Amino acid sequence: MNDTVDVTLNVNGRDHLLRLEPRRTLLDAIREECGLTGTHMGCEHGVCGACTVLVDGKPTRACLMFAVQAQGAAIRTIEGLAAGDALHPVQCAFIAHHGVQCGFCTPGFLMLAAGVLEHDPDISDDELLEVLSSNLCRCTGYQNIVAAVRAVIAEWRGGAA
Amino acid sequence: MKPAPFAYHRPTTLDDAVRLLAELAPREGRVLAGGQSLAPMMAFRLARPAHLIDINAVAGLDGLAVRDGALRVGACVRHADFHRPVKDGALGVMLATVVRHIAHYPIRLRGTFCGSLAHADPAAEWCVVAVTLNAELVAVSVKGERLLAAESFFRGAMETALEPDELLSEARLPLLPDDTRFGFAEFSRRAGDYAQAMALAVLHLDGAAIAAPRIGLGGVEAAPRRIAAAEEILQGEAPAVEVFRAAAGAAAAAIEPLQDPQTDAQYRRELAEAMVYRALMRACPPGGAQA
Repeated sequence: MNDTVDVTLNVNGRDHLLRLEPRRTLLDAIREECGLTGTHMGCEHGVCGACTVLVDGKPTRACLMFAVQAQGAAIRTIEGLAAGDALHPVQCAFIAHHGVQCGFCTPGFLMLAAGVLEHDPDISDDELLEVLSSNLCRCTGYQNIVAAVRAVIAEWRGGAA
Repeated sequence: MKPAPFAYHRPTTLDDAVRLLAELAPREGRVLAGGQSLAPMMAFRLARPAHLIDINAVAGLDGLAVRDGALRVGACVRHADFHRPVKDGALGVMLATVVRHIAHYPIRLRGTFCGSLAHADPAAEWCVVAVTLNAELVAVSVKGERLLAAESFFRGAMETALEPDELLSEARLPLLPDDTRFGFAEFSRRAGDYAQAMALAVLHLDGAAIAAPRIGLGGVEAAPRRIAAAEEILQGEAPAVEVFRAAAGAAAAAIEPLQDPQTDAQYRRELAEAMVYRALMRACPPGGAQA
């Protein structure tokens, strides 16, 4: 019953050849098998969003997907968000707007925001607020998180005008 | 918070999926679609399937198309596929309205419409829609296909008419005439949390009179259902606050509310009344009714 399966996970463009039990979640595999601990483990039942990663570009609760299901998908974690030393615009905005307090929820919020903005750059403000309500910040620093993401959108739209 | 061990199966055809289900259902085998309800239940070990049959790679289950007067929703169509109206007319707008109440954005990107029906949580929005519109549900097994009416599909909390070896392959939602009016109202403590009560009102106006009213309630009893006592009060009446209040009161009197530590029966009854009233006001605000 505790049989393992061979799984290749593509995380941030790199293949990881893993042997694991099917019950291992994508979150477990990313943290413990791939050694990428930037993705945080919060509630482990899909409520808090701390473990949000991008699976084929879509923000996904890594605790609600089994690693074996992610074979063949392009997985992006917080370690893959910056381009080398150049931080992602959402990361820069979180710094500028003090969207980080204790930092525990930050990787999840960054992946959620980056995922939704890359997928839907024309998102309305109402929809954006609804999307950002997906994740929990126990410091309750929501205002600055919202301000940071709004600033990214404003800069993109200003730059395009 | 780790799931119990299971064996994983990933069929690529519907035939293989139902064959696996026939073989493994008697050995604690279950279907895995979006997994947004099943995975948390497994983390809490409220569910301990010995086999998971993942249908995400099965070809042909992601169809979303109109045929024979119905919107056919395949087993792997995600909640998020309804964020924008999937077709012109009342049904597309209704689905786009209701979907915003389902959990959160990342959950909606992965969770499925049919999975929600098969899971049959009392607080599931799509179950209320399916019952209110009396959707037709397609159950497939190695023995063939069965068509089930949504109004007799939900048997209780997380209990459906599906046999253990059956897979819910498609839901068929009847298209709504262009003059259909609807209103949806839900109450929950936090954005994206489980509904404590929700109501869907669907009706037409025949001149100044309400025709063919349907009132569906969810989150208040073990299974969603239409409330005939409320519909009878609305039938043939002109839309008016007093009529809506009477219908909402009749709905509240007709239910046996679930209780939980946050919500006792009387509070839930009052929530149900308020949701029916709000749903009717959204469907057909008095004064704007003649338009």
